[in-house]
Amino acid sequence: MRSMAVQPWRKGIVTAVMLAISVLFLLPFVWMLVTSFKSENEVFAYPIQWIPKHWRAIENYKEVWFGDYPFYRYYWNSIRVGVATTLISCTVSSLAAYGFSKIQFKARNGLFAIVLATYMVPGQATLIPQFILYRNIGLFDSLVGLILIGSFSVLGTFMLRQFFMGVHQEFIESAKIDGAGHFRIFWSIGFPLVKPAVATYAILRFIWTWNDYQNPLIFLRTDKLYTLPLAVQKFTSMSGEFYSLIMAAAVSAIVPLFIVFVIGQKSVIEGIALGGVKG
Amino acid sequence: MARDVATPPGGLPAAAVPMAGKSARSLGRRETLAGFFFVSPMLIGVFVLVLLPIAATLVLSFADWNFVAGWNGIRWVGFDNFRKLFEDTAFLRSVRNNLLFLLTVPVYMLISMVLAIVIDRYVYMKDYFKVAYFMPYISNIVAVAVVWQVLFQPSYGPVNEMLKAIGFANPPKWFADPHYALFTLMGISVWLSIGFNLIIYIAGLQSIPKDLYEAAAIDGANGWTQFRRITMPMLSPTSFFLLVTGIISTFKVFDLIAVTTQGGPIGSTSMMVWYLYDQAFVNLKVGYASSVAAVLFLFVMMITFGQWGAQKKWVNY
Repeated sequence: MRSMAVQPWRKGIVTAVMLAISVLFLLPFVWMLVTSFKSENEVFAYPIQWIPKHWRAIENYKEVWFGDYPFYRYYWNSIRVGVATTLISCTVSSLAAYGFSKIQFKARNGLFAIVLATYMVPGQATLIPQFILYRNIGLFDSLVGLILIGSFSVLGTFMLRQFFMGVHQEFIESAKIDGAGHFRIFWSIGFPLVKPAVATYAILRFIWTWNDYQNPLIFLRTDKLYTLPLAVQKFTSMSGEFYSLIMAAAVSAIVPLFIVFVIGQKSVIEGIALGGVKG
Repeated sequence: MARDVATPPGGLPAAAVPMAGKSARSLGRRETLAGFFFVSPMLIGVFVLVLLPIAATLVLSFADWNFVAGWNGIRWVGFDNFRKLFEDTAFLRSVRNNLLFLLTVPVYMLISMVLAIVIDRYVYMKDYFKVAYFMPYISNIVAVAVVWQVLFQPSYGPVNEMLKAIGFANPPKWFADPHYALFTLMGISVWLSIGFNLIIYIAGLQSIPKDLYEAAAIDGANGWTQFRRITMPMLSPTSFFLLVTGIISTFKVFDLIAVTTQGGPIGSTSMMVWYLYDQAFVNLKVGYASSVAAVLFLFVMMITFGQWGAQKKWVNY
């Protein structure tokens, strides 16, 4: 039934219609890109000029990257936070996932139930005590604090636990008989077997951290520490009517993820589909 | 049933279990130690960053406290905060907006399902479409919101210029008009959510066995009957999952509001999480904001438990 019943010409027509609809999803991005190349007085010219008359690409991006709110700094912050959060989260999650699936110990199921239950707690319901805690232990307004907030998502533990459960217990048992401890088994047998799943989770975690707006908004104050989403918003409120510059800032914030996504496209989409995970 | 006896519930081979005496006990202790070693980083993190805070939220919801007042400024007021909440028109309006926002869920689910079926079966360049519709999901919501804000700029934004050009003399003012602002946000939310839902639906479609359709085609069932009798029921677990995660995510909407309308104009786009943020971090009313957080927590819990009950009734596995 699937593809065999659909004639090529009908498929062609449907494809054309779908292309037209997909424009609705891509046009805002195209507009953003084109506008970031324009001079300010061309931005709202009507009909929309899809090719700028006066190219101001270099000037606009120079202003955004090295002007009063230098984006190279916010990039560096975002990269540090994104990479560190991803690394810590992957380590913590895969250790816990192994422990919860491959080691037999008494309290295991009870502890896992607790971890599972925390998944129901909406992040925003815990913001105020987290904020108070951070003020009192000196993690407020620091990138380390921001990294820690994002590093203990239980989602990674669930995803990876599913994969560890697929690793045959016989592998583990025979390694134990050979005298290997759990850490050796984890490192040389368990982890390599679930590496693709960890990679998928890492890409997702990086995307979510990179795009996170709420946590930086609440846990950062100094603008030198801002990550990109906060920087874009700050830049927008500061540059008021300079829409071409605002769009250059927006493009700058989106492009790295676009590249990550294009490279890891298959695993991102498969990971989303597999885990049914939402950021 | 012999297999059940041979393999204990944990999945451990039988040979590993019936070891008696000291060595077994020390082995058990070593396993427990190793187990705790592996899970403790996650446990500590979850305890400090989720369990402790949610307990603190519930406790603080019974307090009248301002950040600035210091620890000694806490006054315990029982259920006063909650009583106030139910008379607070701004809060009630936020809840109402939250409930209105629920309408986005069936809308984007329906669009996503149709698009998924079409992409799965009737088009060339499947991968292109997946990526195109998925773009909003991976994009920075702040950047995207800024772009939409400019596109919907009331006096000279491209959308209204276009509307004027095709004959609408007075196009809506979108974000600036209290009657339209919430619907504008809802529209953008639909646009943002389609990518995720689409991907999940495509995965759901691909797990439907093809021979079901073949058998139905032999029996003479047309496309619509196949859709109603095969596709819809087989997708029901997927739809149910998307419905629940979708409903929960509408209760968490924050970024979009914070970047575009800040709850305005005149409170028309305030929602629970925005109200929480506004009370806690702008007005510094910690106790009162905590009671909003407690209500939010309650809503999400109710949906989660309701889901477990409803799952058995609605979903065909």
